[in-house]
Amino acid sequence: MDILLLVSIAQSILAATWRMATPLIYTAIGEIFTERSGVINIGLEGIMLIGALSGYVVTSYTDSLFLGISSAVLSGIISGLLFSLFTVTIKANQIVVGAAFNMIGTGLTGFIYRTLYSGGSTDKLVLDTFPSIKIPLLSDIPFFGEILFQQNLMVYATVVLVPLAAFILSKTAFGLYVKAVGEHPKAADTSGINVTLIRYISTTIGATLAALGGAYLSMAHANQFVEGIATGRGFIALAVVVFGRWSPWGAMGASLLFGVFYALQLRLQAMSGNVIPYQFLQVLPYLATLIVLVSLKGRGAEPKALGKPYKA
Amino acid sequence: MEDIVKTFPDTIANDGITIEVRSGEVHCLLGENGAGKTVLMSVLFGLYRPDSGRIIYKGESIQINSPKDAIKNRIGMVHQHFMLVPTLTVTQNVMLGQYAYTKILNNTDKVAERLREMSQQFGLDIDPCALISELSVGEQQRVEILKALYHGADLLILDEPTAVLTPQETTHLLGFLRQLVDNGLTIIFITHKLEEVMQVSDRVTVLRDGKVVATVDTVDTDPRELARFMVGRDVLMELTREATQPGPVVLSVKGLCVNDERGLPAVKGVSFDVREKEIVGIAGVSGNGQTELALALAGLTECTFDELALGGRPVMNVSPRKLFETGLVHIPEDRHKMGVVLPFTIAENIILEDYHCQPNSHHGFLNKRYISQHAVMLVEKFDIRASGINEELEHLSGGNQQKVVMARELDRKPRFLLVNQPTRGIDIGATEYIRQQILLQRDKNCAILLISTDLEEIFMLSDRILVIYEGQIIGEVPADRKLIEQVGLWMAGQRSTV
Amino acid sequence: MPVIAIVVALLVSAVVLLVAGYDPLEAYPIMWKGAFSDQRTFSEVLLKATPLILLGAGLSLTFRCGIVNLGAEGQFYAGSVVATLIGINFANLPSYLLIPLVLLGGALSGALWAMLAGYLKVRFNASEVVTTIMLNYVAIIFTGYLVTGPMQESKVGFPQTAQIGEAAWLPRFLPPTRLHIGFLIALLVALLIYILLFKTSTGYGIRAVGINAEAARYAGINVRRNILLAMAISGGAAGLGGAIEVTGLTYRLFQMISPGYGFDAIAVSLLVNNNPIATVLSGILFGALRSGSEMMQMNLKVPSVLVSAIQGIVILSVVAFSVYRDKILKWFTER
Repeated sequence: MDILLLVSIAQSILAATWRMATPLIYTAIGEIFTERSGVINIGLEGIMLIGALSGYVVTSYTDSLFLGISSAVLSGIISGLLFSLFTVTIKANQIVVGAAFNMIGTGLTGFIYRTLYSGGSTDKLVLDTFPSIKIPLLSDIPFFGEILFQQNLMVYATVVLVPLAAFILSKTAFGLYVKAVGEHPKAADTSGINVTLIRYISTTIGATLAALGGAYLSMAHANQFVEGIATGRGFIALAVVVFGRWSPWGAMGASLLFGVFYALQLRLQAMSGNVIPYQFLQVLPYLATLIVLVSLKGRGAEPKALGKPYKA
Repeated sequence: MEDIVKTFPDTIANDGITIEVRSGEVHCLLGENGAGKTVLMSVLFGLYRPDSGRIIYKGESIQINSPKDAIKNRIGMVHQHFMLVPTLTVTQNVMLGQYAYTKILNNTDKVAERLREMSQQFGLDIDPCALISELSVGEQQRVEILKALYHGADLLILDEPTAVLTPQETTHLLGFLRQLVDNGLTIIFITHKLEEVMQVSDRVTVLRDGKVVATVDTVDTDPRELARFMVGRDVLMELTREATQPGPVVLSVKGLCVNDERGLPAVKGVSFDVREKEIVGIAGVSGNGQTELALALAGLTECTFDELALGGRPVMNVSPRKLFETGLVHIPEDRHKMGVVLPFTIAENIILEDYHCQPNSHHGFLNKRYISQHAVMLVEKFDIRASGINEELEHLSGGNQQKVVMARELDRKPRFLLVNQPTRGIDIGATEYIRQQILLQRDKNCAILLISTDLEEIFMLSDRILVIYEGQIIGEVPADRKLIEQVGLWMAGQRSTV
Repeated sequence: MPVIAIVVALLVSAVVLLVAGYDPLEAYPIMWKGAFSDQRTFSEVLLKATPLILLGAGLSLTFRCGIVNLGAEGQFYAGSVVATLIGINFANLPSYLLIPLVLLGGALSGALWAMLAGYLKVRFNASEVVTTIMLNYVAIIFTGYLVTGPMQESKVGFPQTAQIGEAAWLPRFLPPTRLHIGFLIALLVALLIYILLFKTSTGYGIRAVGINAEAARYAGINVRRNILLAMAISGGAAGLGGAIEVTGLTYRLFQMISPGYGFDAIAVSLLVNNNPIATVLSGILFGALRSGSEMMQMNLKVPSVLVSAIQGIVILSVVAFSVYRDKILKWFTER
């Protein structure tokens, strides 16, 4: 193999890395807010599916990416409020509620998708997705140009999202309250902070970003909805949060690492023909998640009140 | 506060309480555990809503629905368990009370500067940029007071503030509170310690079973009268205790080192012996390595040592179950977390350690009949008040829960009894009973190590007292009440002798 | 309580059906007929209930031990793969040897697959919520590899293996229905797990660990060993479920051999407050939901995946009711 070919392979893998990391970044950043406030949402997978479907459906009927994204955001907000209702207000076991959300997400999206698209109106099946935007001049930089400056809008948005999340958590009163509520809710309560409100907001931020992560899959990555399109990314995002030590920058790094595995999987699949059975590559992200979880010793950064309903 | 009633599903915590606190006084709220002191103050601070009654503050009837309302009305509270987020700094903790949900924090430096000034003004010696987790218990308490003062408190409530302090720190705190009152503050001081009432307060209100027993001027009363108000009868202040002749060494510890859960050294090379027929008390302010010491002796955490022998035989990192078989009995410090399974019944809790052995278990199956009979016997013997052996432990009072633990453990006929904080959060009746049981074990040739942050308890029960400070034993005295000053100094880390 | 939860779930689903343009008053009777109209349909319900009971009873044990085992699906796959391997390769053994061997192999492989997650938890403190899900994907993908690769019947055919030897087929006991002794085995396993959990000292230890692991540790109970044990038994039941599916019903392995039994089983167990013996009832109920929804799909073209959502809503209703149980009971008694 000559050098040029290797370089071009590396280039395409790296470009795909960011694209594949993007849904994880959205979802994991959201879950950081949720978990930092003391709520764990393992229903991310289901919420991603709901976001993916609502974005897809609205876009396919209105031909407007903007309306599609808006409806994904709306579905995320509704999911987040419902999740908060059960976990914060009713104080039910968060893991059980999360498992239920995954079932509802799977069942409901499958049901709606089959109901709407079984009639054979195939022209609606494929969307015009977010186009990739070449940034003038920068995209012409050899090698890095394609990796960094020829992506679509939702990928670029992560460049804003991560620092913004980090800023909110470390430099705003809201971020301070979120951290206090997740570490020591009673201390926050006696300081006059509304624990319930903070947890509702944080959980809803988490669900909304998960829905966006899902919408990315159907509207920017693929150009249609497929049942179960999240393929475990909701759970991988949970591992990303742990691996990133509950910090936005850490989660971005962890997401990019997983992005590499996804990109490798895609690239090798395309290259190897039938030499390596595709399942061996397909399994890579899942194995990587297991290895990451095992390699983490201790969990010093875990919010103390994580998973515990607050009773005044 | 007029006619405050607050009920919980199982109990009436406040049953029509009326108290009056005058501006510029230190008002003590005295009562046993469970008398309703903390609940009453939580109502005042907006943590609970009263079922009925009203609060008149500065001449006006006010509604306090949340701590936010309380703080707005310039009421501050220092809770028994500190309300500080350990991962945040002093300044950040203070800023939690600003309720500006959308604000960008650009005034952190100003707040820190103001805190530094106030800290100097009151002589509190607090660094506003320190992380709470790096501060000692005494410092954290001062942060709590500083926090309340920063938010402009006129009325300061302190809930059992001296429970975590050494005698010297206590004296200092009480002096400081008088200084605050001189500056125009009003203070409500919750306690169950009579000397403190006499030392610090202008007036005192005594609560019992959710009702006001009396409100008196401090100068007009004496400890004996207050005690009678508090428990409704004359208390036995002293247990009768006969001197014994200690027997051979049962537990021998040399050079024991233990790390805490973060991996930092918590016990740094302690050595001591405990003999038969002897109670050795370990005194110290909480957080000086007592927890880790107890864990290590019970085989529940890894440790290093030069020598560790129980009953003459060396103990090398064996399982807790093996230690139990050699006669160790452990009564852990936190009942709910470590001692019992709350949703289990009394009978089920009693077999927690021996469920797998004959006769509780027969060919692998639980022997319900024996378990019940045995439980009935123990419930009677240890005077556990419950509707029956099949009542879940979560429905029992703290004192009765602890009696279940005692029943289970003492029934094992210990050779070495390790007790950690046996009476914390328990009413006086049960406390007396439990202390008697511990003394009884001593008379049955048991060797006993008593770890407690309650100096009263230590002096009441022990034959010898060791003082632990920052993971080291820095002094030993016989249990003579005249030496309480010395023990206090050691607890504060002063190595010199008086 | 569980009855109210089911009613609530069906009401919510009725709204969903209405919004989607179906008539619930038409759909639900068809659903009922699809499950209970005659001996044949009801026997199909029991066939669907068989894996649900096995997996649900197994999960109840891990839930009681405080482990959030979401990996029954993968453990089911592990069991079905090994059962198929044995069933094909030892096809000429006599039935009385082969059937126990196949079932044992399935149970053992499910147990090992579950213990892997248990080991990662006790050794590395890796959250079982994530590891069990990841191991599900690994098991499913690996099965996909086997049936399109080394174990595929023929290189040009369907992604499935050859049939297992006839000697491994579980006997049917109620012809002409397809009902096989696997159903009876499921009942037995549910009973055994119930006895283990509530009547033996081992079960006592498992429950103590589940409610308060810290107190259990202080009392000298080996928490890690109990977690591994609970995972092993639970995985064993799930693996047995996979083996019974192959030997009783499909007689071969194919790509999507489970339509999500592992996830349905979570609801099966939670609905009855993790009581192993009661999973028989909830298993049959969910089997009926599945059978009925298939009938609904055939007759009215209502997509049957809706069942997953119904089960999710059942769980939510159950947890909400259990929190408010005292209040609701009080409300009723006051009337």
